[in-house]
Amino acid sequence: MTEDEFAAYQSLSEETEDHRWAFGTGFTDPLEGIDASVPDGVDAAALTAYCLALGDDALIYSHRLQQWMTRMPELEEETALANIALDLLGQARMLLARAGQAEGRGRREDDLAFFRDEHEFRSVRLAEHTDADFAQLAGRLLVFSAWRLALFGRLAASADPVLAAIAAKGANELAYHRDYAAQWVIRLGDGTPLSHDKMAAALGVIWPLTDELFRADPVAARLPGVAADPAELRAEVDAVLDAVLGAATLDRPQGAPLARVAGKAGRDGVHTEPFGYLLAELQSVARAHPDATW
Amino acid sequence: MVTAAGLAAARAVAAAVPDPELPMVTVADLGILRDVATEGERLVVTITPTYSGCPALREIAHDLRRRLAASGFDEVDVRTALAPAWSSDWITADGRRKLSAAGIAPPHAAPARSGPVPLTLTTRGGSGGIRVSSPPELAEREPVACPRCGSADTTRTAAFGATACKALFRCESCREPFEHVKAI
Repeated sequence: MTEDEFAAYQSLSEETEDHRWAFGTGFTDPLEGIDASVPDGVDAAALTAYCLALGDDALIYSHRLQQWMTRMPELEEETALANIALDLLGQARMLLARAGQAEGRGRREDDLAFFRDEHEFRSVRLAEHTDADFAQLAGRLLVFSAWRLALFGRLAASADPVLAAIAAKGANELAYHRDYAAQWVIRLGDGTPLSHDKMAAALGVIWPLTDELFRADPVAARLPGVAADPAELRAEVDAVLDAVLGAATLDRPQGAPLARVAGKAGRDGVHTEPFGYLLAELQSVARAHPDATW
Repeated sequence: MVTAAGLAAARAVAAAVPDPELPMVTVADLGILRDVATEGERLVVTITPTYSGCPALREIAHDLRRRLAASGFDEVDVRTALAPAWSSDWITADGRRKLSAAGIAPPHAAPARSGPVPLTLTTRGGSGGIRVSSPPELAEREPVACPRCGSADTTRTAAFGATACKALFRCESCREPFEHVKAI
């Protein structure tokens, strides 16, 4: 490295205050310098809840992907999943920061990610699913990214300019994630009899979690022009899934949606049992050492 | 008061800041630097992230402040602009030359986006035959030329690379691996 190439990093190690060398320490607000106001006529409490839910989807899904690190069969897939997890983490940071702005109580992204309890998380249950094998990983990523891309495509025109900007940016990333997942579903489905059967079984496990993605959302209903109606996304997502499953020689699974608990599911803060373990891992260091820098 | 000459000097300083991950190009070459302006006594520098999770943005902001301070600009705001979303189309011709010279294939034109994003799928096969363990290949709309020998006979070996903005390729002519900045 030339001196100039090194300078960007070297300057960080010379700082004595919160500017440390390592990535991941003392991060500034991802929305720093962006107009934080909530547009006139927009329900700020609903916008808070909406951004929180979309941020939680990305945060929880990203963590599940991070748990795959060091376990991939090939280095190429390891970097792919690390990159996808990083994109989702970036989306989560911005959405949680936006939720904090709209809430107006001074909570920042870290407060929301690390100091909320399970029932306060609003992510869909698809996001917290533990992939038992690579086929489930690929199938779940296909469904999640196809759904989130359809959603972000609409939110890019949101009346909240910050949400619109986050969505427009994220959509570019999600299109790449979706294509990556689709390639693997096709490769496995249209592969050997064994890989075909494993992919079919994986979709059977994932499918009960998809119904929740398209259910009516009372928060979205309070945000006309800002949020998207989940029911509107189904046709676009179905078209993508049908195309991929067709190429993969797989049938669309039949099966009842995962049961709700007293009518409630992820968007209501009701999660499956593995969620608590995920959250413990995600939050334990931050809770053991609040406000620590290292 | 920042004079016109001062503003031009500040622009030059800001434009020369190298990207931490691709130090052969500057933030201006990559299109990350969006604006340098004044607000009263303050200098306002606007940057945009390439990808949502790009950790380099903070280092860039810090480097901007440090270099501008060294050039006598003490009151500097570095702001983030999210819209419009960064596109690899913003990489300048000069930036593309520098990337290529460093062995990184620059991106093609980004796909135009309006309405639902179409799936990009390819069927397998070709000269390589079936390699069960190989990663799936995402469709390339145009061949990516090897930055080393110029051959168009190249294969994508991984859809993602060491940073969010790159994919990995191999040249079938000179057999060298290389990185390619993804078109987004």
